[in-house]
Amino acid sequence: MLGGAIDCDLHPSVPNLRALHPYMTDHWRDIIVQRGLSELESIAYPANSPLTARPDWRPEGRKPASTLDLVRTQALDPFRIGTAICNCLYGVQLLFSEDMGAGMARALNDWMVAEWLDKEPRLRASIVVPVQNPELAVDEIERLAGDTRFVQVLMLVMGDMPLGKRLYWPIYAAAERHNLPIGIHAGSSYRHPVTPLGWPTYYTEDYAAQAPAFQQALSSLICEGVFSKYPSLKVVLLESGFTWLPAHMWRLTKFWRGLRMEVPWVDRAPADIMRSNVRLTTQPCDAPPDRAIFQRLLDHMGSDELLLFSSDYPHWQFDGDEILPDGLPDGLAKKIMFDNPRATYARLTETV
Amino acid sequence: MPRHVVATTTEIPAGTRKLVTVRGRRIGIFNLNGEYFGLFDRCPHQGGSLCLGLTTGLVEAPEPGTYEYSRRGEILRCPWHGWEFDIRTGQSVTDPESIRARSYQVEVAGGTEVIERKLVAETVPVMVEENYIIVDV
Repeated sequence: MLGGAIDCDLHPSVPNLRALHPYMTDHWRDIIVQRGLSELESIAYPANSPLTARPDWRPEGRKPASTLDLVRTQALDPFRIGTAICNCLYGVQLLFSEDMGAGMARALNDWMVAEWLDKEPRLRASIVVPVQNPELAVDEIERLAGDTRFVQVLMLVMGDMPLGKRLYWPIYAAAERHNLPIGIHAGSSYRHPVTPLGWPTYYTEDYAAQAPAFQQALSSLICEGVFSKYPSLKVVLLESGFTWLPAHMWRLTKFWRGLRMEVPWVDRAPADIMRSNVRLTTQPCDAPPDRAIFQRLLDHMGSDELLLFSSDYPHWQFDGDEILPDGLPDGLAKKIMFDNPRATYARLTETV
Repeated sequence: MPRHVVATTTEIPAGTRKLVTVRGRRIGIFNLNGEYFGLFDRCPHQGGSLCLGLTTGLVEAPEPGTYEYSRRGEILRCPWHGWEFDIRTGQSVTDPESIRARSYQVEVAGGTEVIERKLVAETVPVMVEENYIIVDV
């Protein structure tokens, strides 16, 4: 494997809520203690679910990926990763209190700086924002944007509303202003069912439902006009899978041709907007391990600039060192591991 | 190309259309405020009867949430899938460079001229005092 690659989706985990205590204001720390809260985990990655961590990445008595040593010895070093973007998945987006959401986001981001970024020069991170209140989310972006080790703003694909709604636009304006792509990760604030049909019964259904949620998020961002208003905004879909993209490109463009007058600000084909403004990470790879099929998929995407290399560590998406999808055409590995991430994240090429 | 007399101007008042058949081809003749345009009655998308579609204006937006409406009646939507076409040019609104409905030259001539030029008028009786719509097919 090529050394020095840029891993666009790596998940350090918060050992427990106590680890964030030093980074909370006195008020929020007392509230947490008085309420007896010890964790802010959502149901996205249940501790014992096989997906949550690869068996050989489950340390005795600790959460997977919860120390810098684990991340170094299990991911950064063996995969010879040059730079990794940390997307911390913790239940900040689930809190109903906007202020508490903002307080926890601040604590989480400051913990990320002190415990990870300051200690390991290979790491970069996404700014976790309290999506419960876009104004507070913008405050958090403004507070941290000066630190170029933050290279992205992190949101979850399912929240209170489809992501294209104008309520969220101040977040996109701030992100565009600071050259920060919006990273949209699989997951939900779990206020609403994770499928349009209602709540599913099994974890398998929940995880498979992420792909249609990403499709809907893209439709919303495009049709509501986010990319017309913020044309240089990049959106990176994280842990989304990517084989569904060509069909969705075709489908949304097809309907746009007949219904363009509803969304007259969408002045070019949705497929073209996806190609210019949307990127997707490679793990989990949902393509069959066949070079011819993979090449056909890229032909259907109409671009080799859309995929960004990711490990999705510590989630169990591959075994051994099979970090790159099987069947990847020649020459594409370098592109997705270096060129595409650099083109997407302007801040990666800035000196810290 | 042979020119065919297809209708009198009084048959197609402003804002209306008439479907005519010339040399086996169905063609829609549209009157946009006194200017006449002809479109092949076959949508380049899937072959729907384009000229039976609703007419509308052109909606554009300098930014999301704004609706600039112009050219009322000059955009034709195919009844099958709603694709929009510019009646003046046949060009599709979403992809004017590569998708267009076939358009035909339309002119207006008085009855005397029609008779003098010996234009083809198989189905339309020609009288000196009338004005006629002529299509190049």
